[in-house]
Formats: sequence, structure tokens, C-alpha cells
Amino acid sequence: MTDTPQAYSAAAEIGQIRERRTWIQIAKIELKKAPYSAWFGLIVIAIYLFVAIFAPLLAPHGEAEIFPASFAPWGGDFVFGTDQIGRDIFSRLIYGAHNTIGIALATTLLSFAIGGSLGLIAAISGGWLDQLLSRFVDVLMAIPGLIFALMLLTIFGSSILSLIMIIAVLDSTRVFRLTRSVSVSVVVMDYVEAAKLRGEKLGWIMRREILPNIMPPLIAEFGLRFSFVFLTIAALSFLGLGIQPPTADWGSMVRDNASMIQFAKYDLTAALTPMIPAGAIALLTVAVNFVVDWFLHITSGLNDEH
Amino acid sequence: MHPILGTIIQRLLLGLVTLFFVSLIIFSSVEFLPGDFTQAILGQAATEDTVAAFRAELGLDKPAYIRYFDWIGAVAQGDLGYSFSGRSASGVDRSRAVVDLVAPRLGNTLFLAGMAAIVSVPLALVLGITAALYRNSFYDRSVNAVTLTTISFPEFFLAYLLILFFASLWPVFPSLANVNAETELIDRIYKCILPALTLTLVIVAHMMRMTRAAIINLLASPYIEMSQLKGLSKAKVIMRHALPNAWAPIATVIAFNLAYLVVGVVVVEVVFVYPGIGQLMVDAVTTRDIPVVQACALIFATTYILLNLTADIIGIVTNPRLLHPR
Repeated sequence: MTDTPQAYSAAAEIGQIRERRTWIQIAKIELKKAPYSAWFGLIVIAIYLFVAIFAPLLAPHGEAEIFPASFAPWGGDFVFGTDQIGRDIFSRLIYGAHNTIGIALATTLLSFAIGGSLGLIAAISGGWLDQLLSRFVDVLMAIPGLIFALMLLTIFGSSILSLIMIIAVLDSTRVFRLTRSVSVSVVVMDYVEAAKLRGEKLGWIMRREILPNIMPPLIAEFGLRFSFVFLTIAALSFLGLGIQPPTADWGSMVRDNASMIQFAKYDLTAALTPMIPAGAIALLTVAVNFVVDWFLHITSGLNDEH
Repeated sequence: MHPILGTIIQRLLLGLVTLFFVSLIIFSSVEFLPGDFTQAILGQAATEDTVAAFRAELGLDKPAYIRYFDWIGAVAQGDLGYSFSGRSASGVDRSRAVVDLVAPRLGNTLFLAGMAAIVSVPLALVLGITAALYRNSFYDRSVNAVTLTTISFPEFFLAYLLILFFASLWPVFPSLANVNAETELIDRIYKCILPALTLTLVIVAHMMRMTRAAIINLLASPYIEMSQLKGLSKAKVIMRHALPNAWAPIATVIAFNLAYLVVGVVVVEVVFVYPGIGQLMVDAVTTRDIPVVQACALIFATTYILLNLTADIIGIVTNPRLLHPR
């Protein structure tokens, strides 16, 4: 008989501090399993963000710099030629990423701030406030968004600030609905009741008790709302009512160069010029949709073994 | 009274209430105009008398609620007021009635939207049902991939792609849909092919995916498994057993997408320079012609609400569980 201690001790294992995986570790594990479409989406989004952030450093020419050669062909000093008044298309594309993505991101953040907080307040307080907000949102949602935005732009005029405000407010109705519907089931939980009983303020309950539990659907919704807002702003700019010149923007670039398409038979590159900003818009939307699809797949637990 | 009738009446009343609030919102847009907008429209040289007459015509000397009832009463009788354009500082008024501006264009828009709907609804249903039938096959996956891509594209990108291929590189269709009242039906259809095709591509994708999802969802229910175990053919299971229960979600999706057509038509009309109500609205927004914008917004919103209401009612009427109450 020896008195060497046993290699395994149940008590020791239970006594160990169990570490939770940090979100970076979880992200690494999930990224390894991610499908090609998600990787494609992530890489595209990363490139867009890089270009958007470092636009002034990357662009060969200025945003509104006018050269004597209008409608210059591709190649040479101007990679994608120049537009109708002689601005370098390539530089404007790069600045366009900066402006279009920046404005769409600001709008989406604002719409989540408005819709999210009102949705949480409606879910927590319930009663007449909930009824009032919900019915008001019902009425706002009965008017098609683009039409409503057009009407409001008539009144307030097309400036970047009014564009952001109008679209954020209109879009926040959908965020409100989602936030309210996912948080009503969390609000009735015992721990929320406990927080209320120990006298926590509304802000604490919103941030610390409910928000962490409704994060996954909200993040997925953020991606979808971003691409929707992005498309709406592009459509408005395309109609000439969104971002105004000389600010470079993809929607208005399509509009300005659209007439070149008819020369496709003589010079295909000229016809492709308006397709580049339009394609840039489409590619980003596709990429965001791919990533959101993947994210929903993970968070809904469809592929999880536990 | 049949229980269905009660539900339908309830929905209709709810629709009316929504319509009332929407008209209230559209009306109050005039309230937010800056105080000096009369000068912006009539010009800096406008005399006091002209400004006063213009303000009286708009009824700005009356309280807002009276103006609302005047306005909504006139709208109900088909009088949408007068456009802001064509007025001058000297008081000469060449403005046109909004009805005369809107009416012919509304017909054009309905023609284009109708053309897109006639093609896309049956197409989407067939694609959706067959994709559900041959789930996970190569056919299903390719239809899915194509529709997912068209959903993510902005309308003007699709429109210009079609122009590039079918009007510029291989000129078979015109890139401008410049129709007028005298255009023959055949010629009109020919000119509208590319805009209608753009709209079709956008909405078929949505409708097809939702139809497929609705049917696949149903195929998982026990009564469908029962009918399969009885030895019925795949087609019969879907047509006889799955479809009746799927009509409600499918009708909702169709109506929702037709309502979406109302919005999509704005961008497509501008691309193809089609004289429809969407283009009229965009022009009016640029010149800040409020009466025209209000009229267009009211028409768009009403169509949208009515289509959604129809979807609701179709959903109720075709629901087998509601049709045979115990």
C-alpha cells in the first residue's frame, strides 16, 4: 500500500474556478466554422470600412477637384475616367465610400438609439404609454417609407442633417417594434422584478437587466437595418434628393453618369462607369446580408451541440 | 352573424382609422413649412395683396382643424387643390389643378405596376411551390441563390443592368419608356417591357422565397405526414393539403409586395423617364410643390393601406379553421 494521492479528485475539479470563454475566443471558434459566404461578406465589409476610413489618404485626387478633361476615358491619370464636369471618378468612388457608409452608419445608430430606447421603455412600463407608442408606430408604418421620406424632404429641404434625422426617425419604427416584442418576454422574468423591487432606476433595468438578453436579435437587425438605410439613402441620392453635390456619393454618381450607358457599343468601359458605384452599393448589401445570415444561424443555436 | 363577418368589419374599421391618421399626418406637413414660404413661391417681388390672396386661398387665416376638414372634404370629392408652380409675384395665376396633373399619370403608373404584377405573381407562386416540392435539389438551390442576389440589389442597379444588356449592347428594347395618351396598347407594352421586368425581378424574389418558406413550414406539420403515410403523391399532398392552409401567408406576401411595388415604381419611373405618378412626386419634391406632394403621398399611402387590408381579409376568408367554426 502506498499513500500517493489519487490523480483524480472530484472535489478539486468542482473547486476549480471555471473560466468562461471571452467573446474573442468565441468569435475565433465560430470564425473557424464559418461558411465561405460569411467569410466573403466579412472580407468585403472589412475592405469597405478600410477604404471609408482612409479615403483622404487613398484617393489620388481631391473629392471635388475639377480637371479640364470632362468625360475622359479610362486609364492614364484617371483610373475610371472623369465625369461630366471633369472630376476623377476613382477618387469620388473612394470618397463616396467615406460619405455614403458614414451617413448610413450614423443614421442606423441614431435610429437604434431612438427606436431601441423607446421600445425598451414601452416594454418595461407597459400600460397606456406602451399603447400610445405602439399605435403611433402603427400609423407611421402605414405610410411607405420612401414616400414619407420624400414628403418630409419637401418640407425640411435636402441637407445631410435632415436626411439623417428623417430616415432615422422613420426607420426607428421598425427597431421599436422588434425591441418591444423581444423584450416583453424578458420584462416578466423574476430577475427584472427583483431589480425593480430593490429600487433600480429605469435606465439601469434597461441597460443591465434587459439589454444583454436581447442583444443577438438586435445585432442581426442592425445589419439588416443598415443595408436598408444604405439602400434608401442611395435611392434618394439617385433621385437627386439625398446627398447633394459636390459631396461625392454613390447614388448621385450613378445618376450623373447614367447617360454613358448608351455608348456601350462604342466604348464598353464608358458604359461601365455608372455601373461601378451601383455595383459598389449592391456588393456591400449582399455582403452584409451574408454576414447577418451567418450570425442568425449561430445565435439561433441551429448548429450548436449544447 | 357569421364570426368571419365580425372580424372583417373590425379590420375594415381599423383600416379606416389608420387612413384617417395618415391623412392627418400628410395634411399637417403644410403646418411645418417656414413662415415665409409664400414669398419663396411667389418670388421676392410679391406685393402684400398677392401674398394675402395666396394665404387666403390656402386658408391660412383659418384654424388648422377647419382647414383639415375643408381639405379632406375636397379630396373626397376629387378636388386636390392647385399646384404651387405657375404662380407669379404680380398675382397672375397659371397654376394647374393637381387632379389634372395626377390623373393621367396615375393611369400610367397603374398600367406599369399591373403589368409587373400580372407576370410576377403567377411566376413567383410556381417557382415557390416547385422549389418547396424539390427542396434542396439543384433547382431549389439555384433559384434561391438567384433570388437572394436580386433582393440585395438596388432597383436602379437592376434597371441599368437591363438597359446595358437589352437596350445598349443588344438593342431589342427601348431604354426610354416615353408613352403618352395616344400610344397604342401593343406599343405601350413594348415600351414598358424593361421597367416592368425590373419591377418583376425585384418582387418575384421576395414572393417566391416567402411562398417556399410558408409551404416548407407547413410540410413539417403532422397532418401532412399523415397524408404522406396514406400514400398520396407529392403533388397531391401540396395542392390538396398544404396549399389551403398556406393561402393566408402567401396572400399576405403578395399584397405586401404589390404594396412594395408602389414604392419601387418611383425609382424605376425615374430611370426609364416614364411619365408616372412617382416621377411627378420626385419633381414636385425638388420644386417643393406641396399640394402635388401631398396628393401623391395620399395616393401612395392609400394604395398601400388598401393592399395590406386586402391581404388581411384574404387571410381571414381563406383560413379553413375560421371557415368552419366549431
